[in-house]
Amino acid sequence: MNDALAPFQRLEHQRETFPDGLQLDCGAVVAPLVVAYRTHGRLNAARSNAVLVCHALTGDQYVAETHPLTGKPGWWEAVVGPGLPIDTDRYFVICANVLGGCMGSSGPPEEMTDAEGRPQGRPWGIDFPSVTIRDMVRAQKRLVDALGITRLMAVVGGSMGGMQVLEWAATFPEMVVAAAPIATATHHSAQNIAFHEVGRAAIHGDPDWMAGRYWEDGRIPAKGLSVARMVAHITYLSEAALGRKFGRKLRGASALTFLEDVFEVESYLRHQGSTFVRRFDANSYLTITRAMDYFDLSAEFGGELGAAFRGTATRFLVASFSSDWLFPTEESRALVRALNAAAANVSFVEIASDKGHDAFLLDEPVFHRALGGFLRGAAERVGA
Amino acid sequence: MPDAPQEIRFVAKNMRLDLRLIAEMVAPGSRVLDIGCGDGALIEHLTRQKGADARGIEIDMAEATKAVAAGLPVIHGDADQDLVHYPDGAFDYVILSRTLQAVERPQWVLRQMLRIGARAIVSFPNFGHWQLRWKLLVSGRMPDNETWDRPWYETPNIHPCTIRDFFALCAMESHVVERWLAVDDKGLRSPWKRSPWLANLFGEQALFLLRRE
Repeated sequence: MNDALAPFQRLEHQRETFPDGLQLDCGAVVAPLVVAYRTHGRLNAARSNAVLVCHALTGDQYVAETHPLTGKPGWWEAVVGPGLPIDTDRYFVICANVLGGCMGSSGPPEEMTDAEGRPQGRPWGIDFPSVTIRDMVRAQKRLVDALGITRLMAVVGGSMGGMQVLEWAATFPEMVVAAAPIATATHHSAQNIAFHEVGRAAIHGDPDWMAGRYWEDGRIPAKGLSVARMVAHITYLSEAALGRKFGRKLRGASALTFLEDVFEVESYLRHQGSTFVRRFDANSYLTITRAMDYFDLSAEFGGELGAAFRGTATRFLVASFSSDWLFPTEESRALVRALNAAAANVSFVEIASDKGHDAFLLDEPVFHRALGGFLRGAAERVGA
Repeated sequence: MPDAPQEIRFVAKNMRLDLRLIAEMVAPGSRVLDIGCGDGALIEHLTRQKGADARGIEIDMAEATKAVAAGLPVIHGDADQDLVHYPDGAFDYVILSRTLQAVERPQWVLRQMLRIGARAIVSFPNFGHWQLRWKLLVSGRMPDNETWDRPWYETPNIHPCTIRDFFALCAMESHVVERWLAVDDKGLRSPWKRSPWLANLFGEQALFLLRRE
């Protein structure tokens, strides 16, 4: 990689390169297609124990190991590991950075190529083509094919990861034995698009954004991206969770002085924002939030959601969390109804939790039991 | 009931009597929906012992979660709301065990069961049992016993019926009663089993196998 790719810290990721590239829903071709990924556990001789984990908006392939950039634990270490619901002693776990991401897969921070795959000596930046959830899934499909796996025992993911799970089940049903879309929906709601737009407006409004060409002089739109993260972070929590964690507590004071008071919750959000900008690319954030906003599974099937799953042999586990107002239970129920209309094999539980949307990432024993049992059932079915 | 083969699991051996009787009515390899499936004991039994494609709906979240954690395809849902979303003829059997008396619209639920399933299996506690009649006659108060164990203002059993009431509903709705039986509190099928009048007096529970006309 050349120096023009500053300000992005270059990391060596495990990657698979597909020189012929990928044709996207928008018509553009990204060539070569690069998919950065990590695996855990061992693929059995029958190649029947593969579980694909799909990450959410700001996640990446470092699902169950220390993150190489932040030094923090993997984002789903409560769920993926030896003896955990996604048991790496039993299953071969694959997690890939999404197309449009910023952890090594083809995306805005990577070097731009032309239609013939020739490097252009600069990052894609704002010129990276629009991607959809389906494009992300097609890229993952290429990786799964390259790993010599013809059928996935399970595809599991929460939030945007859950959208990918649904897209997998609808687009490649014969490849998916079991699907677990968690804390997700079959389309992004107007409210969710609205929150994303606030985040994007914050990035666009940052003078350092430079119309998306901030990489040219080594800057990043840190203020804008940080505000985007702060807004988004509020949507991941619940009023109860914020109240329990922070209440009206002040930082370094016991009572309001009306001078330089900072509420604990403000300080927390600022911290979330400032750490985020060190690990995430603003143009990737714009690309991926758009992909989520575009997602509407029923629109891909002539406006009839049931058609996305007609005749499916895939088993589904749908799970939602009671205090999640970003992807409320009602949206999961609508998905369950569509699956029932297709006479699909479906399990559904709403987990009681006051932790909001983030609950799917956290220590939720009931959810973990349900997911673990569901996957054991799928493993039994395929003899894995 | 034939002797249980050795490989039957703990859960099946201890399965409620009415569930065992229901399981006997289900042909091997069938598609089954169990409404009000609890922790999924019947689903597990039908899957393992009869090779059925058995699924469930349960309104109690704790029970539904237990079933899902056991790897069973159970959704948290409500018969009164959710049956309408299944397509016609999706199942060979739709089972409603000891739940009919607790749904809001029993007549509608029965119709839905026979729309989405070729056959319906329904079990319910018989409110016509002589002990209940006696209790009501002599005390003038709502009966309470093991089955009817909650006071009238708390009971989820908002639509109790008798065996003869159920026959009448089936006749009115043109549901065909293919098989029926009543059992006493010991779970025994007794000599009175062929007479609805006697069964209605001495049967604690009733079990019906219905199909569309």
